[in-house]
Amino acid sequence: MIVMLMRRILLGFITVCLVSIIIFSGIEMLPGDACTQYLGEYQADKELLEQCRKDLDLNRPAHERFREWAGGAMTGDLGMAVDGKTKISTIVGDRVKNSLLLAFCAMLVGIPLALILGIITGLWRDRMPDLVISTLAIFAMTIPEFVSATLLILVFSIWLGWLPGIVLTSASAPISEFFPEILLPVIVLSLVMCAHIMRMVRSSVIDVMSSDYVQMATLKGVPYWQMVFRHALPNALLPAINVVALTIAWLLGGVVVIEVVFNYPGLGRLMIDAISDRDLPVVQSIALIVASIYVCVNLAADLLTMLANPKLRTVYTRK
Amino acid sequence: MAQAITHQFEKNRALTVLKDLVSRPSGAIGLSLVMFHLVLAIISPYIAPYDYKLQNSYLMLSAPDAVHWLGADHLGRDVFSRTLMGGREALLVTGIATPLAVIWGGFIGILFGLVGGRLDEVLMRVVDAFLSLPWILKMLVIIVTFGSGTAVLIPTLAFFYGVPVIRIARAATHDVIARDFVWSAKARGHSRISIIWRELLPNVLDALMVEGAMRWSWMLLAFSSLSFLGFGVSPPTPDWGLMISDARGFMSFAPWGVIGPVIALSSLIIGINLTADALAKALGIDRAQKAPV
Repeated sequence: MIVMLMRRILLGFITVCLVSIIIFSGIEMLPGDACTQYLGEYQADKELLEQCRKDLDLNRPAHERFREWAGGAMTGDLGMAVDGKTKISTIVGDRVKNSLLLAFCAMLVGIPLALILGIITGLWRDRMPDLVISTLAIFAMTIPEFVSATLLILVFSIWLGWLPGIVLTSASAPISEFFPEILLPVIVLSLVMCAHIMRMVRSSVIDVMSSDYVQMATLKGVPYWQMVFRHALPNALLPAINVVALTIAWLLGGVVVIEVVFNYPGLGRLMIDAISDRDLPVVQSIALIVASIYVCVNLAADLLTMLANPKLRTVYTRK
Repeated sequence: MAQAITHQFEKNRALTVLKDLVSRPSGAIGLSLVMFHLVLAIISPYIAPYDYKLQNSYLMLSAPDAVHWLGADHLGRDVFSRTLMGGREALLVTGIATPLAVIWGGFIGILFGLVGGRLDEVLMRVVDAFLSLPWILKMLVIIVTFGSGTAVLIPTLAFFYGVPVIRIARAATHDVIARDFVWSAKARGHSRISIIWRELLPNVLDALMVEGAMRWSWMLLAFSSLSFLGFGVSPPTPDWGLMISDARGFMSFAPWGVIGPVIALSSLIIGINLTADALAKALGIDRAQKAPV
């Protein structure tokens, strides 16, 4: 088990390294660089361009710069934004905190709800509650986030006036100031998330309930609910861990659209702004952060699955 | 003779699957929604009551009435006509990009699944690395650099959405590869291409088709999200994502602007998903095990 664990960690590390190479070379390959962006229309002036590149160390070979950037990133120093004055780590820091807050709230609502609904639909397969909830889940899953967000704003903040439809808090504000503005984005996110996890839990519950050992337990006369909670659910919920992990990773990185709709100052909106401004150093840093989070969350999920899997556990203790 | 029999079998199977698909409520509803949108995309320029770019300042943000069924937008353009035509660009781009993505991703996946070994390990790490970056970041970097024309969007979408297909095709190949008929083809001395084409592809095709349907819906989602963010279709081309984004600002006093495109876009994407779901069930593949990527 330790060997397996080490292997997973090593693979995760390799993935992050590969990502950093892809990001760096990808951005290196695109036409234009920080200097052409910084100088704007003055870039036609060859001398100025040369001087700027010299100042920003851009005329050194790419692999040397990559080593420096990657080395810095490992110690938490992400370099300077394209304006040359602000440290990227300070800009990104607040945004990471806000994105984490949003993700955490959405998980707090979404995961328990998904588990409960998944178990209900799985146990009452193809009956009324299942049909209704599953149909709703397909809607929640497939309707684009900006559509559901727009509809929710229309209903809850314009027609009913219950919740603010837009976040006006600044990026560096303390967490408490994000309430109640954060509620609508959290609802949208947790809906999508809940639908994905629920479907997974449902199919896994159905799978386990039709397995031999559940039949055996029934035949032995184990009471239904005891059988569900003691024998079926622990096995059924295991595969859900990986889906939850993927969903969390998606939450942290891919909620760009929702952040734009609600004007939420998170990592996603920073990413859009940085890409529009062609602030490539910031784009690189965000990409690296998001990719690392993705890898870490997946790693954690694998670890949890290993720890929680009764099969692996017995192998471990028997040794 | 043997050839003829297999052909017969294949034909029957396609028909059986199609029948199975339509007999499920989700498949019937989904497929008719998709067909409806496809037909609409083709005939909408001929049936749209007004010119999609005709502006009329008297009509600005006017409410729905008998003449303009869904009212007019902030530039006084007929929302109903624009909604009818709003899916054309999206369907064109994703309709070309989806097969491209499935073909290249499927081919690479099957090839590396067959070859295996060190090379396969390396490729999977690269695929993992690609997947760990959010799609929108990859897309936007390309779009901001090269523009958002159809000529840029199609290859970009095809490339990025082909990467996860590699994984699916590879996994499906691994399931098939240990079977006897692949071994006997190898023993008969068939070339790799011949094994891929005659032995692996027919068996992996089911998984690829379901994956293709899913990729299509995700691509549409990506395309309309990009338009919504202002990085996709350029005005005045009507597009649902762009229309929603434009009408959102006036939602408090002119909510009808968002309703049309919202219903159109949602019904198309739901249609594709229902079809994909029913297709997966008809082909005997469990799709619920998959997470959003």
